[in-house]
Order: sequence, then C-alpha cells, then structure tokens
Amino acid sequence: MNTTNLPRGSVTILTWLFRNHIWIFLGLVVLTFSLASPFFLTVNNISNVLTQGAFIGILAVGMTMVMIDGEIDLSVGATLALATALAIGLQGQVGIWPAVFFSLLSGAALGFLNGAITAYSGIHSFIVTLGALIGIRGLVFIYTGEDALMVQDFSYTEYAEIYLGPVSVTALIFFILALFFQWVLSSTRHGRETFAIGDNIEAAHDAGINIKRHKIINFTICGTMAAVAGILLSMRLGTAEPNAGKVWELWTIIAVVLGGTRLTGGFGSMWKTIGGVMTLAVLRNGLRLLNTPNYVELMVMGAVLILALLLDRFLAHKTEAR
Amino acid sequence: MKPYIGLIAQLKKRGLLVAFAVFFMVVALNTDAFLSVGNILDVLRQVSITGMIAIGTTFVVLTGRLDLSVGSMLTLLTVVLVDQHNYVGPFLAILVTLLAAVALGAFNGLLVGYLKLNALIVTLAMLSFLQGLTLFYSGGSNVNIPNAQTTWFRFFGRSDLFGIPVPVLLFLGVAALAAFLLGKTVFGRQIYAVGGNETASNFSGISSSRTVFWAYVLSGLATGFAAIILGSRVMGAQSTIGQGYELTVLAGIILGGTSMLGGSGSVWRTVIGISMLGFIQNGLLLMGFAYYVQWLVTWAVIIVAVWADLAGKRGRILA
Repeated sequence: MNTTNLPRGSVTILTWLFRNHIWIFLGLVVLTFSLASPFFLTVNNISNVLTQGAFIGILAVGMTMVMIDGEIDLSVGATLALATALAIGLQGQVGIWPAVFFSLLSGAALGFLNGAITAYSGIHSFIVTLGALIGIRGLVFIYTGEDALMVQDFSYTEYAEIYLGPVSVTALIFFILALFFQWVLSSTRHGRETFAIGDNIEAAHDAGINIKRHKIINFTICGTMAAVAGILLSMRLGTAEPNAGKVWELWTIIAVVLGGTRLTGGFGSMWKTIGGVMTLAVLRNGLRLLNTPNYVELMVMGAVLILALLLDRFLAHKTEAR
Repeated sequence: MKPYIGLIAQLKKRGLLVAFAVFFMVVALNTDAFLSVGNILDVLRQVSITGMIAIGTTFVVLTGRLDLSVGSMLTLLTVVLVDQHNYVGPFLAILVTLLAAVALGAFNGLLVGYLKLNALIVTLAMLSFLQGLTLFYSGGSNVNIPNAQTTWFRFFGRSDLFGIPVPVLLFLGVAALAAFLLGKTVFGRQIYAVGGNETASNFSGISSSRTVFWAYVLSGLATGFAAIILGSRVMGAQSTIGQGYELTVLAGIILGGTSMLGGSGSVWRTVIGISMLGFIQNGLLLMGFAYYVQWLVTWAVIIVAVWADLAGKRGRILA
C-alpha cells in the first residue's frame, strides 16, 4: 500500500524516520567521508559530486516514473548513448540546436516505442527493454562506425561550463526535472493515475484510466530523460563514445531502489530518488577520493543495494503494520 | 474474428518451430558450411556452456524468479578454477569451484527464498558484487594454464568421446538428470507448484522458501559445471569472460517456451530453445550478418515467443 497517502496526524517521529531512511543513510555516508578524507567537504568536490550524480539522476527521474507504474526500462543507458552520438554527429550537418532537438526526439521516440510494445503486447517491459538495450546499442555502433565521434564546434562544450555558484548547469537541470516530476506525481491527475496503476492495475482499469496511453507516456518521459542526460554528457565530454552509458541502467535502478521506490509499483517519490542518487554519487566519489580500487566500488555497490533491500523490507513492516 | 484467434492458437503451438524450420532451410540453402557435421557439432559445443547454465536457471525461472547473476558467477568461477588449477591441481580446483558455486547459489537462495527480497534486484546486485570480487581475486589480470596440452583437465572442454565432443555429452547428461529431477521427483513437483501458485502451494504444506532456495542452489551448481567446461576449453580466463551470458541464458529459456511467470516449462524445452538460439546465431554469422543484427533477430524471435506465451494469460513477472 502507499504509505505516503496515510493521514498526516498519525505520523510519529519514529515512523517518519523509518520512511525517510535514505536521508539518514546519505547523512551517514557524508559524515563518514568527511572524517575519512580532508578533500571531501570542499566546495569544489561537492560541486563535482552534484555534477557526476546528475547524469544518473536524470536517468533516475524517468526510471522512477516508469517504476511507480510497475514497469522497468533497461534501455536507458543505450538510449543515452544514441542521444550522445546524434547530438554530436548531426552538428556538422544541421547545427547545434537542431542536432540537440533531433537527439531529444530520438529519446522520446525510443521511449514511445518501448511503451507501445509493452502496453499493446502485454509482454513485461523487462523483456521488451532488454531487447531494446541490445538493439539500440547496435544502432549506436552502426551510426558511430564503432568509433568515438568528436565535437567540431567547441562552443558546444562551453554550455557545460555554465555554473550557478558551485552548481553546474547539469546538476541544475537534474534538480529542476526532479522537482517538476515530483510536482507531476503529487499534484496532477497523471501522477495520481501513475500511483493507481502501480498499486492495483485492475482497479485502475475499472476506474476508467487509460492504462495503455498512460504507460506509453511514462516510457516516453523515461526515453526523453535519457536523451537529456545524453546531450548533457556530450556537452561535458565533447565526444560521443559508442560505449557511453554502459551498465548505467544498473546504477539508475540501484539509485531509484535506494530511494525506496518499489519495483512492484505504486510506491515511490522523486524526492527520495534524489536522496538515492546523491547517496550513490557520494559513495562513488568518496571511494575514489580514498583511492580505493575499482573492484571495491563494484562490491560496495552490490552490498549497499542488498542492504537497502533488507532495510526496506524490515522498515516496511514497521511503517505499514500500524 | 475466429480465424484470427485460430492463428494465435496455431502460433502458440507450432509457429516458432515452423519459423525456425524455414530459417534453417534458408540458411542451409544459402551456405555450404551450415549443414556440415563439423559445424553442427561446433554449434552444439558452443551451446553446451550456456545450455549447462540454462538447465540450472530453468529451475529458478519455473518458480517465477530470475537469476541475472549467472554471467558474473561464471566469470568468477572460471577465473578461480583456472587459477587454482596451477596451484592445487585439477581435482582440488574443480572441487573448490563446485563448492563455491553451491555457496553463491545458496546466498542468492537465502536472499530471494528466505528473506523474500526481489529476485531481479538481488541478482543485479550480485552481478555487480561478483564482478568486483573477480577483479579483487585476479587483480584484473588474465589467468591461464601453461600445461594445457598435458593436463587431464582438458578432457571436459577439448576431448571427444565416440566422435562427439565431451561438453555436448556433459550437457545432455546433465539435462537428462535435471529432467528426471524435475519430472519424476517430489522436489520437481514442488518447483512447478510454487511457480504455478505460490499461495496455494504454501497452503498445501510446501515451503516455497525452501523450494526457491534449492532452485538457486541448482542454478549455481550448473554454473559451476559450465565454468569447468569453459575453463577447460579456453585453458584461461579474463575478468570479462562470462559477460552477457545471463542474457543468452534467459533468451534460451524464454525461446524454449518456459513461462517467465513460472509454473510451466521443462528442461528439454530449455535444451531446444538454447540450441535454436545457437543455430540462429551461427546461421546469421555464416550468412555474414553483424553481431548486433544477430541479437536483433534473436530478440525479435523472443518477443514473438513471449507474446505467444502471454496471448491468453495475463500476469506480471516482477511482482
């Protein structure tokens, strides 16, 4: 059940803490690395963490929408790579902004396709998007000729250097998108319908919600978010790697699950997704600051995810059985 | 609209086999090498590794769960096996590998079966964790067996018996054992019961936790067998050797028609599915298609297969 809809008055401090454990988790991680490394709590580093986290974060915004619907999109990493390749590859022919537009369009179109196949075939999105992952990656390889594309017009990469204080434009766009979709989830009809479908699809259907159209919209949002992240990445790097975003779908799902959104749908929030994304970003950044090897990072991520699941399971009993 | 419904029913029953037969004939007519005994044995030999894993994972899928960690598990086990072979010899190395395989499967089984955590996320987390563990163990460098020509370890991957490659014989032997386990024993009936209707099976006294646990142990054990064949065949391993195997395994199981919702399917279906997958990819390769085209075609076939499976029944995989 969706505990966020419970009446406010019944919320004690303890249950509030249980429900928002991601923030406590984030606080602990920040505290640990602040004590462990003198370089962690510097404005420069925090600014870096925000920017690095924002790419997975933007993917996670779309993923949260899809996951509250009870679906999943494994193709976001590949969609990001295609958007990166198109944004840089098309620039030479049509100019920067039309290239960015087509890149966005490609993300929306792929998301639409994922949604349409999922909604109309009845096949679970896990399998549909697993196929899309490989197919889209194939398109990237065909388009780039298996080589990295380089940006020609360097005014393009300057957009990534826009900062608002210590906050980069990438991080800013992430926060704006997350807040916007939090508003969509909590204050619009589309948001209410998303929770309704994820919670109980039969009941949602009986209530007259157009489930097919709804799922297609959320997949389109997810694909578009992947393209936004891809475009921002291409601005930042100035190149388009055909392997860009590989296994990022994994990090994205980890971030969203850390934020407490359930794979079974009907439960989740963009706020907590921000918490999950930032926890992940701080963890990766902190481990690198401490010069831990790559394998430790992989192991910690796996372990943290399982711990998050255990915690979630334990806390679900605490908050729901009242 | 009666003829249309009839068509779906037909497709459900025979469509995939007919499509595969057509494909088989097209490739056979267009390439000389495809139907040669050498090529067919080659395909079967390649299939035996993914097939071995898929036999174990079929148990997991039949309970309505997934195991995405088998690729990383295969990598870790192969690296450990090959490395240990150089220190303690083939016999102990194989023993260690199989014990590790069972332990890893049991860990998955504990988390998914007893603690009831989401199978997709748990095995994704394990995928990441085992990748890290492999790099930790090997330090990222490749391992290999210097006395590849003389060690008896070569038997599992490189030898022939009666003109048939040993991996193929092992694959079919394990398949027969697994089919017996699934079709003729109480444990097999419990697997189907849990996948078919978990609540009902619990009410009838079957512990779904224990059944799921053992399904994951079998998935791990089968991956251990696959590591023995792979290590023996390659006589070496690097930290990416099993990457993506989980997808191939899943594809083979789905293609064979084992339902992703659990409760329906069989080991022989998996053997057929994963062999079809092998022949499709081999055929496309011989006809000169790129790697990604092979995957696209494979996935188109799988989508149709799942769609046919779902036509008529509705449900959710990840719930």
